[in-house]
Amino acid sequence: MVVSIQVAEKAFGSNGKRAVVLEDIRLDIERGEFLTIIGPSGCGKSTLLKIAAGLDTSYSGSVTVHDRKVTKPGISQGFIFQEHRLFPWMTVEQNIAADLNLRDPGVKAKVQELIDIVRLTGNEKVYPAELSGGMSQRVAIARALLREPEVLLLDEPFGALDAFTRKHLQDVLVDIWQRKKITMILVTHDIDESIYLGTQLAILRAKPGRIQKWMPVGLPFPRNRTSLSFQHIRQKVLEEFEKTEQSVYTEGAGI
Amino acid sequence: MKTAAYVGLSGKEKAAKVKKTRTIPPWLKGFVVPVIILALWQYAGSAGLISETVLPTPLAILASFYELAVSGELADNMKISIARAAGGFLLGGGLGLLFGILVGFSKKTESYLDPSLQMLRTVPHLAVTPLFILWFGFDELSKVLLIALGAFFPIYINTFLGIRGVDAKLFDVARVLEFSWRHQITRLILPAALPNILLGVRLSLGIAWLGLVVAELMGSSAGVGYMIMDARQFSQTEKVFVGIIIFAVVGKLTDSFVRLLERKLLKWRSSFQGTN
Repeated sequence: MVVSIQVAEKAFGSNGKRAVVLEDIRLDIERGEFLTIIGPSGCGKSTLLKIAAGLDTSYSGSVTVHDRKVTKPGISQGFIFQEHRLFPWMTVEQNIAADLNLRDPGVKAKVQELIDIVRLTGNEKVYPAELSGGMSQRVAIARALLREPEVLLLDEPFGALDAFTRKHLQDVLVDIWQRKKITMILVTHDIDESIYLGTQLAILRAKPGRIQKWMPVGLPFPRNRTSLSFQHIRQKVLEEFEKTEQSVYTEGAGI
Repeated sequence: MKTAAYVGLSGKEKAAKVKKTRTIPPWLKGFVVPVIILALWQYAGSAGLISETVLPTPLAILASFYELAVSGELADNMKISIARAAGGFLLGGGLGLLFGILVGFSKKTESYLDPSLQMLRTVPHLAVTPLFILWFGFDELSKVLLIALGAFFPIYINTFLGIRGVDAKLFDVARVLEFSWRHQITRLILPAALPNILLGVRLSLGIAWLGLVVAELMGSSAGVGYMIMDARQFSQTEKVFVGIIIFAVVGKLTDSFVRLLERKLLKWRSSFQGTN
């Protein structure tokens, strides 16, 4: 087991107006798996990822990476935010190196290799202001990869991109995952994305956030969105969503 | 938008129109108003409409400038003035940067120091001038300190604001990447605060220059300010003008220098540059 996430309860607010966001969650991810977590907005999936990263520590439960308890953020849990969050005063290669010394030939070589992997060759000296959204997000991914994380956590990384760029970046991500064999956890609200990328898929339901269904995606890579088997899984995921909607209706309306 | 506006025009007309808008290069546009004023001024003086002691003509001022430059009087006075302004600026600005960083980094130092500093800031320059003379005498020390006092605050405030304005989201990134304390300062906080710090430097230089005038006019035996006071007593109005122009030109040059520095250090910024 590389990553194990257990959240007994996560709530926002104080005693008077307490809202339980996550409840009774247990996720165990094997080495080299690609887990996608999908759920409606407000189901607490981003919160779950922040807990896994150590960015949010006010919950009951525990997160372990390689049997080591996660109590604060760090490089072994690489994190890709929804926005690229690059340092605007650094060029592409400086951003990837960040606090490491680019004059060190070892660092320089690794940075160059990653620039090639995320397909940004030739843009080493460019500032973020001149990059498109998709290019910036690729720099952010390279920045996380340079630190050779045990697990890479991605919080709706392509949510703000247009459909073509998103598809391209999904292929880049699959390529990186296959080459580097890094364990990945990606949170999204895009059903196609979750099936296209994941080897495992967790469906989260809202209020409070619980795991509704855990299913393996047994499709070989490279995947084809239009294939029958892909559509079959899509159908199953949609059915699960309909179930959640029904349960929300009955609980909420009290019929 | 431009292309859309020209859609209805033939090729020749288009070329003509483009040419028309380009007859005056932008750098020349700034000279139009001053040249007209100078011409009118010279005419009024030569025609005897205005007395020479009240408003000497541009040519008389130019002659006086030439005389002062050749005799070496101007260079001597400028040297002293620039040394005073630079000394005051370095002292005040350096302390402003230091305190700005200290107060910016820690809420604790802020609550201890900031209220007192803000109180000092509101005291006008001229009000403390007599005190400074009383304490530090008539010589260089009081002048440099007076300039330093003025130069301190813009850098102090802007450094503080710059540091407090760093995007909290980038701090999250620094935590995820496990930045050391040193790297958090050198790779995140200072670069992010640099635009504000440079703005503070620009404002401080301007104030140091103004402080210099106050310091030299209040009593001195050398410097451009002294030159102006001396000339005024002998009704050499054209010499007064030379002094004023020197203040303006050197002030503008230092400002341009900082802007050049800004363009070099902040080339990563892609902000609105203004329309033509």
